[in-house]
Amino acid sequence: MSSVTLHDVRFVEPEGTRNYVTHDYGALSWLLTKDHKRIAILYLFSITAMFILGGFFAVAMRIELLTPEGDLLTSDTYNKFFTLHGIVMIFFFLIPSIPAVLGNFLLPLMIGAKDLAFPKINLLSWYLYMIAAVMGLYIIITGGVDTGWTFYTPFSTQYSNTHVFGVTFAAFIVGFSSILTGLNFLVTIHRMRAPGMTWFRLPLFVWAMYATSIVQLLATPVLAITLVMLMFERVVHVGIFDPALGGDPLLFQHMFWFYSHPAVYIMILPAMGVASEVVAAFTRKKIFGYSFVAYSSLAIAFLGFLVWAHHMFVSGISVYSAMIFSFLSYFVAVPSAIKVFNWTATLYRGSVALLTPMLYILGFIGLFTIGGVTGLFLAAIGLDVHVTDTYFVVAHFHYVMVGGAVMAYMAGIHYWWPKITGRMYPEWWARLAALLIFAGFNLTFFPQFVLGYLGMPRRYHAYAPEFQVLNVMSTAGASILAAGYVLPLIYLLWSLWYGRPAGPNPWGAVGLEWATSSPPPMENFHETPVVTWDAYDYPAMMKAMGETQNV
Amino acid sequence: MSDITLTGPAPEPHAHHPFLQHHFEDLGQQHEASTLGMWMFLATEILFFGGVLCAYWVYRIMYPEAWALAAEQQNKLYGGINTIVLIISSLTMALAVRNAQLGKRKATVGMLFATLIFGSTFLAIKSIEYWQHFHEGLFPGTHFTWNEVPALAPKVQLFMTFYWSMTGLHALHMVIGAGLLIWMMMRSWRGDFGPEYYGPVEIMGLYWHFVDIVWIFLFPFLYLIHGVHHG
Amino acid sequence: MADEHDYAPAHAPHIHVTPMWIYIAVFLALAAGTLLTWWVSTIDLGWMNTPIALLIATIKAVLVILFFMHVIHSTRLTWVVVIASFLWLGVLFVLTFADYLTRLWQIY
Repeated sequence: MSSVTLHDVRFVEPEGTRNYVTHDYGALSWLLTKDHKRIAILYLFSITAMFILGGFFAVAMRIELLTPEGDLLTSDTYNKFFTLHGIVMIFFFLIPSIPAVLGNFLLPLMIGAKDLAFPKINLLSWYLYMIAAVMGLYIIITGGVDTGWTFYTPFSTQYSNTHVFGVTFAAFIVGFSSILTGLNFLVTIHRMRAPGMTWFRLPLFVWAMYATSIVQLLATPVLAITLVMLMFERVVHVGIFDPALGGDPLLFQHMFWFYSHPAVYIMILPAMGVASEVVAAFTRKKIFGYSFVAYSSLAIAFLGFLVWAHHMFVSGISVYSAMIFSFLSYFVAVPSAIKVFNWTATLYRGSVALLTPMLYILGFIGLFTIGGVTGLFLAAIGLDVHVTDTYFVVAHFHYVMVGGAVMAYMAGIHYWWPKITGRMYPEWWARLAALLIFAGFNLTFFPQFVLGYLGMPRRYHAYAPEFQVLNVMSTAGASILAAGYVLPLIYLLWSLWYGRPAGPNPWGAVGLEWATSSPPPMENFHETPVVTWDAYDYPAMMKAMGETQNV
Repeated sequence: MSDITLTGPAPEPHAHHPFLQHHFEDLGQQHEASTLGMWMFLATEILFFGGVLCAYWVYRIMYPEAWALAAEQQNKLYGGINTIVLIISSLTMALAVRNAQLGKRKATVGMLFATLIFGSTFLAIKSIEYWQHFHEGLFPGTHFTWNEVPALAPKVQLFMTFYWSMTGLHALHMVIGAGLLIWMMMRSWRGDFGPEYYGPVEIMGLYWHFVDIVWIFLFPFLYLIHGVHHG
Repeated sequence: MADEHDYAPAHAPHIHVTPMWIYIAVFLALAAGTLLTWWVSTIDLGWMNTPIALLIATIKAVLVILFFMHVIHSTRLTWVVVIASFLWLGVLFVLTFADYLTRLWQIY
C-alpha cells in the first residue's frame, strides 16, 4: 500500500498517454459514448449553442426597448421573443447548465467512482435534450410561440395561434432529460462513493448536486403531467383549465408553479455548490460551517416546494392561502442567507487569490444577495400587488439567475477548465471578461428595479416616454454584457490549442478530482482511492507542502 | 491528513459475471443501484399520476353531483373484473421474481407469460370499455354527445376528460410494461437469471406492481363514486 | 448519514425469498378488498363513503408495496424514497387545497 501526498503525482499518467479525449477517435465514439466526461462535453456544446440563441432574443428585445414606441418588432413578434427567450434560457440553458456539464464531469471524480451509476441513461438524457432542442428550433423557425414561458391558460389552450402543442411537447421531453440526470446523480451519490468517502467528507458541490437532484426528480414530473393536460386541452378542446367549460385557470398555475418554483432552486443550488468549491480553493481554507452549508442545501430543496403560489398573489387565490405562502416564502430565504454568511466567514482571514473564478464568485455572492433580498420584497403580499408583473420582478430574477447562476457557471467553467481540457485559459483576458460581465450586468438590470418600481409593466414592447432614459441605460449595459460573454467563447476556444498545459492540480486545491491527471483518464483513477481526509483539508495539505503552491 | 492512500489494483473476481457492468465493483453494488434507480423512477411516476389526481380531486370537490352522475355512466362490472385481473397479474409477477431468485428458469418464464396474459386481458377489456363509451358519446371534445342531464353535461364532460386521460396514461404504461415483459421472457428463457443475478426481473416487478397500484386508486375514483340520488 | 456501504460493498445481491403463502395471502386480501370497496359503494353512508373507499385503496396499496414490492425487507433508503414521494404528493394536495377550500371564506 503506497502512501502519496496530493502534490505527488506518481499515480498520474505520464505525458502523452491516453486520456478520455484521446482514448478513442471518431464522431461515433463521442455520439455513442457512455463516459460521463464525454457526455459532459456534448452537453457543453449544446447548452452553449442554446445560450447564444436565447441571447439573440434578449438582444432583439433590448434594441426594441431603446424607444418607447413599438417600432422594431410588432406586438406579436415581441410576444414570441420574450416567450422564446424564457423557454430557451430556462429549459435549455439554465436548468441543465451546471448539473449536466460540471455535475456530469465532476461527480464521479469527486466521489472516487469510475462513472455514474447508469451511463447509458446518462447518454439518453443528452439525446432527449437534443431531440427537444431540435423540436424547439423547428418551432422557432416555423413561427414560434407567444404565450410567455409560463403558458398561462386559457390563452395558451384556447386563443393562441402559435405552436403551443409543439413547444409544450418539447418542454415535456427536456423535462425527462432533467429527471434522468437527477435520478442518476442520486443513485451515484448513494451507492458509488469510494471507500472512506463518508457523507461529511464529500465536497459541498456534491451536496449541492444531491439537493438539486432531489428537486429535479420530484418537481419535474408535475410539470410533465401539467403539460400533458395542456396538450390534451389544446388538441381535444376540453375545459380542464377553461372557465367557460367549468375549468379553473388557476389550477394550471398551481400545478405549473409547483414545478417552476422549485425549478429556480434547480438553477441556484448547483451555483451555490460551485461557490463553495471556489471559495475554499481561493482562500485556501475549509469552508466555515461545512455542515450548515450541507444541511442548508437540503433545506432549500425541501422548503422550495412549499412556496409556489407567491407567483399567484394577484391571480385570484384566496387571501388565506396567500398569507400562508407569503409566510413560507420568508422561510426559504433563511438557508440561502446561511450560505452567504458562511462563504463570507470563510473569506475572513483567508489567503484570497483574485483569480478569475474567484472574481466571478465574489460577484455571485453580492449579486445573489441583492437578487435574493428583492425576492423578499416580492414575498410581501402588499408590496407584491404593486410590483408584480413589472420590471421589478424581471430585475429580481435576472439578478439571481444571471448575476447568480450564470456567473457561478462561468466561475465553474474557468475553475475546472484545466481539469477538463488540460489547458489553462489566459488569465488577464478572463479577468477582463469577468469585469465586463459584472459591470454590464449591473448596468443592464439595476435600472430595471427602478423601472418596475415606477410602474413599467413587463412583457410590453411599448412604454410610457418617461421610462426611456432607464431603458437606454439598460440596453447600453446589455451591450457591455454581450461583449463580456463573447470574450470567453473566443479565448476558451483559443486555449484548446494555445493555452498553457495544466498539470493535475494547477490551483493547488484539495479534492479527488485534482488527484488525477488533466484531462483525466477514461476510467478516472488508475486505482480506487481510499479516502482518509476531510473535505477542504487545506491546513494539513499546506503543512505537508510547506506552503509552496503547486502550479 | 492530506495523503491519499491507494490500495493496490482491486482483486479481479475469478469468474467475471457476464452481466456485471464495468463501473460497478460487484454484482451486489449493481443490484442495489438498479433497484434504487427503479424506486427513484417510481417516485417520479407517483408525482406524475399524483398531479392529475390532484386536478381530479379539485374538480370532484367543486362538482360532487356531476362527478357522481358521471361515475354512474361507467361499467362497474368491467372495471371490477379488470381490477381483479390486474391483481392476479401482480401475483404472477411476484411469483416470477421469486422463481428467478430460486433459479427456476422455466417457472420464471411461465409466470412472466401469465403476467403478460392477464395484462393483455386487462387491455382487451379496457378497449371494449373505450369502444362502448365512445359510442355512447362520452369521449370529451367535439365527439361528446351525451346529454341525459343537460345541466350537468359540461361537468360530466370534464369528468370524462379525467377518465380518458388517466386510464389512457395507465393503459400506455401497461402497453410499455407488456413490451418489457416480453423482453424479460426472452432473457429468462436464455438463462440470464439466477440467485446471483435477478435484478432485471425484480425491477420489472417493481414497475408492474406500481402500475397495479395506480389502478387500485383509479377504480374507486372513476367507477365507485356514491352520491347520485335519483331513482 | 452513516451508511453500511461506506467500507464494505456487498459482493452478491442480498436475497430474501418470500414464502409462497405470504404472496397468496396478500392476493386474497387484495381481492377481498376489491369486493369490499365495491359493496360499500352501493350503500349510502353519506360523507363517509369517500374516506372509506380511500382507506381501503390505501390498505391495498400498502400491502402491494410491503409484500409484492418487498419493501418490508428493503433498506432504510428504499423506505425513505417511498415515504418521501407520497409526502411530496401530500404537499401538492395540501397546499393546493389550502387555496381551493378557503376561496369562499369571508375575512370579516
